[in-house]
Amino acid sequence: MRWEVGSALNIVSILLVVVVIAAMLIWVERRLLGIWQERLGPNRVGPLGLLQVVADMLKIFTKEDWTPPFADKFSFILAPAIIMTVVLMSFSVIPFAPGVGIIDSNIGVLFVLAMASLGAYSVMLGGLSSDNKYALLGSLRAAAQMVSYEVFMGISLLGIVALTGSFNLREIVQAQADGWYVFPQIIGFIIFLIAGVAESHRLPFDIPEAEQEICAGYHTEYSGMKFGMFFVGEYLGLVLISSLITALFFGGWLGPGFLPPIFWFALKASFFVAFFILMRAAIPRPRYDQLMRYGWLFLLPLSLVNLLVTGAVILAGSGG
Amino acid sequence: MEIAQNIKLDNDRKAASAGALLEEIESRFGARILARQSTCDGIPTFWVERATLKDLMRFLKHDADPRFEMLFDLTAIDERLRVNRQGQPDSEFTVVYHLMSFRGNTDLRVKVPLQDADLSLPTVSDIWPSANWYEREVWDMFGVRFDGHPNLYRLILPPTWEGHPLRKEHPARATEMEPFSLDEDKEKIEQEALKFNPEEWGMARKSENSEFMFLNLGPNHPSVHGAFRIALQLDGEILVDAVPDIGYHHRGAEKMGERQSWHTFIPYTDRIDYLGGVMNNLPYVMAVEKMAGIEVPERVKVIRVMLAEMFRICSHLLFYGTFAQDVGQLSPIFYMFVERERIFNIIESICGARMHPGWFRIGGVAQDLPRGWEERVRELLDFMPKRLDDYDKMVMNNGILKRRTQGVGVYDTEQAFDWAITGPGLRATGLEWDYRKQRPYSGYENFDFDVPYAINGDCYDRCAVRVEEMRQSLRIIKQCLDNMPEGHYKSDHPLTTPPRKERTLQDIETLINHFLNVSWGPVIPPDEVSVAIEATKGINGYYLVSDGNTTSYRTRIRTPSFAHLQMIPEISRGFMLPDLIAIIASIDFVMADVDR
Repeated sequence: MRWEVGSALNIVSILLVVVVIAAMLIWVERRLLGIWQERLGPNRVGPLGLLQVVADMLKIFTKEDWTPPFADKFSFILAPAIIMTVVLMSFSVIPFAPGVGIIDSNIGVLFVLAMASLGAYSVMLGGLSSDNKYALLGSLRAAAQMVSYEVFMGISLLGIVALTGSFNLREIVQAQADGWYVFPQIIGFIIFLIAGVAESHRLPFDIPEAEQEICAGYHTEYSGMKFGMFFVGEYLGLVLISSLITALFFGGWLGPGFLPPIFWFALKASFFVAFFILMRAAIPRPRYDQLMRYGWLFLLPLSLVNLLVTGAVILAGSGG
Repeated sequence: MEIAQNIKLDNDRKAASAGALLEEIESRFGARILARQSTCDGIPTFWVERATLKDLMRFLKHDADPRFEMLFDLTAIDERLRVNRQGQPDSEFTVVYHLMSFRGNTDLRVKVPLQDADLSLPTVSDIWPSANWYEREVWDMFGVRFDGHPNLYRLILPPTWEGHPLRKEHPARATEMEPFSLDEDKEKIEQEALKFNPEEWGMARKSENSEFMFLNLGPNHPSVHGAFRIALQLDGEILVDAVPDIGYHHRGAEKMGERQSWHTFIPYTDRIDYLGGVMNNLPYVMAVEKMAGIEVPERVKVIRVMLAEMFRICSHLLFYGTFAQDVGQLSPIFYMFVERERIFNIIESICGARMHPGWFRIGGVAQDLPRGWEERVRELLDFMPKRLDDYDKMVMNNGILKRRTQGVGVYDTEQAFDWAITGPGLRATGLEWDYRKQRPYSGYENFDFDVPYAINGDCYDRCAVRVEEMRQSLRIIKQCLDNMPEGHYKSDHPLTTPPRKERTLQDIETLINHFLNVSWGPVIPPDEVSVAIEATKGINGYYLVSDGNTTSYRTRIRTPSFAHLQMIPEISRGFMLPDLIAIIASIDFVMADVDR
């Protein structure tokens, strides 16, 4: 078996590694938050508390898998499955390193955006099927927020697509050999970053599950493994967004030769994961209508202007 | 703001007007006044028939000079077993109205005598909106009906409760009642009773173009800070109306006051505002001392002030952190807990306990300050200011937090009076009124500190006032540290409990006295007293009635949080659900303080 894109070894190991990393992130996040918040965080199970994940997993797997009698069973079970599926599917187009990846798709960027759109169904179905008022409020918020922020997410990437002339993520990485896209596309990067946080609904954009307002929002009624899937799904989303930022704006696996490419990729992605966690520790939550106004009245025009300017520069550069 | 300035001006001529007011009342209501009672707290007390009540109250609220803007407290006394009521009109149940004038900086008490066979009187909730809950509480606890009250339901106890607990015939302990059991039928009835019924509150289920959602926020919800329920009427996420429901944290503290001796009730007070610690002891012991005629040594006063201010900082820190957390900022609360922990360590080294030391005593404090206390307090004064500056950067200057809290939940000074809002919530409306300054107690007149106030009366300002108060508390603590008087930590008075020990083995009189005070507890002479202080969350007052016994005849605890919660619907209508959370957070209440 060889390391080439799409090989069985590749598929199995990426799937395993990604899921394990997402689970480990639960520990990472709690420890990092602990450090930043002048406390310890989980440090009891195993060295440095590393086995906390194992304990959590044991607990969550052995918990009663309870479905409320008033919930709509089919969609209640479907919802957490959707989020896991679409996020894992998105990983298939991520170019981790030369030869490491699942599909080398011509429409990689579009595929990721499409999967993100499908992800909104999970949150909506989860909230609606729960037949709980808090869950309903959560899924209403989620639907509005995710649908809106997908718009800017897509537009913010078009600048890169225009620069590369391709939707293929591998080609986008390779095109950055001369310079990362974060410099010409700084505005696109910032918008993508914000939209990315909103898509994975983490603080400060965790409006669909704002604990202080609507308990746990759309997953209020979930428990056991189904809750675990939402939970791990959120961390998978975090890894996905960090990987995408790495690939799209920070040259993916490209880096000085003293480290293998996959390490460069992992290093850059971890940086963004840590950044997202720090953001959660630092920033309060805007109100739902403020977030929407900010998106439509500020981010949307900004991303359009970015696209326009990028296009004009390309046009001028090509001597047209 | 205008009102606030008027009040400042008016304060200068308060002495003249207080005497004139009493004459005016006498001349206007002359024969309709049944009696005038004098109490050791010096608050003028008028007895009137219920037929006169409304006229007198209207006069006091609107036409009197000075006006009584606030209904500070409304409660009742079951007089049927009381022996010492010389000179008071015949009464089985007395309803007591305690009014406060900010313009005149004076208080007035009005009492209405009632007979058990005919327990009803007109409501004053149309004069002071805050009377609404107070009257419901009196109905709940004593069975006194208030005619014309918009919704006279039980407030603290569940609607299924039988009897009125503060009546003397109601048992005080579980062992005096049938063992409790909850079978299926009873459970069903209880569950049914908890269901929110919008029609009962005059709420429509739908408007012209939408159907309302009724959301039960609480009693268990991450942001209601304890067991507190608000039934919300929502149009989307916009709040149409709300009904706060309290009582889930009720422990019958006032009833316990009638069983415990004067001395053994002290630890119960700690648990009223459970973040205030010894701050709760202060009004209680001062009230008892006033009746007993105890003057405490200067050292005691300064020690009490120092610890009370430490608890003020602790309580405000917790408020500050949860306030930030409720608008979604996760970290500040953890930093603030670090400080709080350090202060608790100091408190522990002085009192031997952290949150509820129960450390003040009638006539003093439990022990003298330990050796080396100065260093620890100095440490606190060193590290706190810098950290408070850091929090300003982190929380108060944060753009998102400002956008979430400025202009949200606004009320003005007049509204605050109407709803009996005191403390930082009142000062945030532009009124520079602090009990410690206006009516100094425990030696506050000797301290140099400012009264922080803000002008907008919104959530942000309520937080800003508290932040500045922490700095002022540090100033006060510094002055305590620098000027701690020498002297004894207990007053040399026979009713001091426990009494000074030095001479007990020297002569028989002090030995007997010591023995009786420690075994039975002190006998406090018959009197009535109302003492209030600027507590952490507003004005906390104790109204004690002694019948010349080892226990209190009636212990009324007037807490700030109770009044503050009542205002939630008024200031949150039209805002969104997340705003309601910010409003709740900015009120700074503790459910134990509300329900007692």
